[in-house]
Amino acid sequence: MVRLTVNGEEREFQGDEEMPLLWYLREEAGLKGVKFGCGIAQCGACTVHIDGRAIRSCVTQMAAVDGASVTTIEGLSDGETLHPVQLAWIDEDVAQCGYCQAGQIMAVAAMLEETPDPSDEDIDRNLTNICRCGTYYRLRKAVHHAATLRKAGS
Amino acid sequence: MMDGSLLSATRRDFLRYATSAGALIVAAPLSACSRRPGEVEALVDGPPALVGAFIVIRPDETVLIAFPNPEMGQGVDTSLPMLVAEELGADFDKVETTQMPLELKRDEDGEIAWKYVGQGSGGSYSIVGHWEGLRRAGATARMLLVAAAAAEMGVDAAELTVAQGVIRHEVSGQETTFGAIASAAAALDVPEEEPALKPSEDFTLIGTPQKMKNARAIVTGNAVYGIDAEVPGMLHAVIARCPYFDGIANSVDDRAARSVPGVRDVVKIERPPLDGPYGVQAEGYAVVADSVWAALKGRDALSIDWNHGPYANESSPSFQAHCENLLTGQGQVVRDDGDFDAAFAAAATIHEAHYWQPYVSHAPLEPQNCIADVREDGIDIIGPMQMPSSANRLVAQAFDRDRLSIRVQPTRLGGGFGRRLTSDYALEAALTSAAVGKPVKLLWTREDDLRHDFYRPSGMHHLRAAFDAEGALTAWTHRLASASKYYRRPNMPETDYWQAELYPDDFPAHLVDNLRVEYFSARSGAPRGSWRAPAHTANAFVVQSFLDEIAIARGEDPLALRLRLLGESQELPYEQHGGPVFNPGRLAGVLRLAAEKGDYGAPMSEGCGRGIAAHFTFGGYVAEVVDVKIDADGRLSVPRVVAAVDVGTVVNPNGIAAQLESGVNDGLSTALRLAINIEGGRVVDGNFDTYQLMRIADAPREIETHIIDNGDPPAGMGEMGLPPLAPALANAIFQVTGRRIRNLPIGDQLRA
Repeated sequence: MVRLTVNGEEREFQGDEEMPLLWYLREEAGLKGVKFGCGIAQCGACTVHIDGRAIRSCVTQMAAVDGASVTTIEGLSDGETLHPVQLAWIDEDVAQCGYCQAGQIMAVAAMLEETPDPSDEDIDRNLTNICRCGTYYRLRKAVHHAATLRKAGS
Repeated sequence: MMDGSLLSATRRDFLRYATSAGALIVAAPLSACSRRPGEVEALVDGPPALVGAFIVIRPDETVLIAFPNPEMGQGVDTSLPMLVAEELGADFDKVETTQMPLELKRDEDGEIAWKYVGQGSGGSYSIVGHWEGLRRAGATARMLLVAAAAAEMGVDAAELTVAQGVIRHEVSGQETTFGAIASAAAALDVPEEEPALKPSEDFTLIGTPQKMKNARAIVTGNAVYGIDAEVPGMLHAVIARCPYFDGIANSVDDRAARSVPGVRDVVKIERPPLDGPYGVQAEGYAVVADSVWAALKGRDALSIDWNHGPYANESSPSFQAHCENLLTGQGQVVRDDGDFDAAFAAAATIHEAHYWQPYVSHAPLEPQNCIADVREDGIDIIGPMQMPSSANRLVAQAFDRDRLSIRVQPTRLGGGFGRRLTSDYALEAALTSAAVGKPVKLLWTREDDLRHDFYRPSGMHHLRAAFDAEGALTAWTHRLASASKYYRRPNMPETDYWQAELYPDDFPAHLVDNLRVEYFSARSGAPRGSWRAPAHTANAFVVQSFLDEIAIARGEDPLALRLRLLGESQELPYEQHGGPVFNPGRLAGVLRLAAEKGDYGAPMSEGCGRGIAAHFTFGGYVAEVVDVKIDADGRLSVPRVVAAVDVGTVVNPNGIAAQLESGVNDGLSTALRLAINIEGGRVVDGNFDTYQLMRIADAPREIETHIIDNGDPPAGMGEMGLPPLAPALANAIFQVTGRRIRNLPIGDQLRA
């Protein structure tokens, strides 16, 4: 059996422990903000936080998350109060189709914990999530904006 | 949010309104959509119909506007409601928007037609197609609200003004609001006369930058895509498809798959007839299970011996050789102005080049998926579709059902790029549902998507140009050998295949006396379809690269050559999609603006270059100036792109910039690394490890969009930003390296 915490809620899982966390979150926990894009940790649409680190849930087996604390896009905000990265995404009007953006936001939120004021080179090195619509220009602006909002709020 | 039951509760065709809990719902009487001949057939699969829109005005002053076309990132969930809200006089901050389900009807002749309005997303046509009709919908609703307010106030309706959801009688100082008067308005008959539309100088919303309406839902993970949709009691399915073009199974052993816990059934999906129209794309075996994971494990446990099919010898090199070989012969001449051969023979200088375009995949980030529920009493289809009517038609044909008994709900799409104009996955889901007698949600994996796409056609281009002693362009020919996307279509002879790949009214048509356009239909097993800005991507690349080759050979500045060939503003006939007119002066206009804003011609530092290109795509004119930096090892970066855009009247300038940025990045991503490789009659590339979509590190740090709003009728913006990018990039690369990119993708060509 796997015990884990998802967005602050303690949960148990008794199924196939080879199943990727992605499918557990989407189908069993009903957290559809976690997206399937490639299944091989290339695109990052499935990015969630495990114990605060950005992880690609499509290649993370359930066996590996026993005792872990998982946060998804649905658990990123403080109730109705959005996370600075979410606010920055709205301010900069980043999303087009939007499918990758939950994963992008989770990747950026984790990056800002480690690198609160990222340079463009930091962004290039750390952000490898794919946006098929090509929103990268606004996305980069939103990362810098989020860093500013985050500092202002802390 | 408006749900399907509320929408379907409205019954009358287009002269109708109803109340629901004090809300006014309007679907307005509207004039026929003014599509140009030929465009309807290219974009939709039904005749033009009356247009309309749904508006719900709630007592709390919020207004819900349903947008008819599927939203795939192109911004119609915001731009189309802007058309309605402008004429309605609504406060756009109080407008919420929602996707309209597919609405069809049977017309007086018994034919299936749009019930209100065309509902496909393709061809950059949403704004063009709805420009009149959706504004009339808003204006009609405003007339009702004003009439009700006038009656309540006891004043003449003509004395009332409407702004930001407030109806005001200036003389008496009385005012009311949309929410307060909605119920009374709903009790009025819809007027027979067409409402007048605002002159453009009175617009207060159209032309203002608006952010996308559904941003909060997206950033909180609450936006519902097809992959997120559910219906009660549904099972999950994945399909093992034959990886070989038009192949079939020699033998199938599904015993191990059926023994995987959670697997319910394995269902055979028949391949379409050889060389016949596609319904589904390939033969396959659908594993139906209680969960996605069980279905995936079940599919892995299938043992299938695939026959390699009729294209077993096809590879990327063999197809390229086939195209090269075709070009040595005589093709189908599809345009022949003047006497090309004589002019070419008499030329003072001649220029010639070949260019190669690979197959590429759409790869929307949300893989194909669809829910189907096939029952005796009807069929429900829910999924991400650009053309929900095509899903309706395919499923109706397959099951021999009345099209009106098939309900189709398009969801938000996680990208489209033309892939989801084809609804093969909806038919697969329906066939699987019918076989198991339950609702089924079909999921494609990324490997399924990359190996079973309808790829952008690949081909070899041959261009020649001739100039006289005075430097005038006297002859031009464009010869193309490619595998057309217009194949395997009903009633489409091979002599019509060129129509999808060459646009004979494209520049320099009408600007050169001797012009020949020639097509060679190449054979390939790879399925083909419409990929963002279809043939314009290839044709802009080759023509705009060739112009630079000519200019450099002649010792002319590439921009100056373009400007003198384009000449002054004039209306040239343009029969293909995006016509009926091409104005070379407008193309020159965006070139001049992009050159000015992008510092074209300014000195560059070592290793840096700047290229320019422009193209007319589906009614829109875009020019781009691309900067490149190339290091000693041949590593390339693009720090900046400056674009000028003329798409007529601007609806949402923020949306135009977003689509331009998207086109730039899509164009760059595709030019840098993207190609679908074929070996042994199957697609090799299965995922993003080898099909390397661009990430942020390679994206331009700066993208500038400069808009010319000249008051012409609006064109769309979903595709126009893409075609100029690759040639402008190639032209910049030449400036730095002296190396001409004639084969895409660029890949390792610049590596030392």
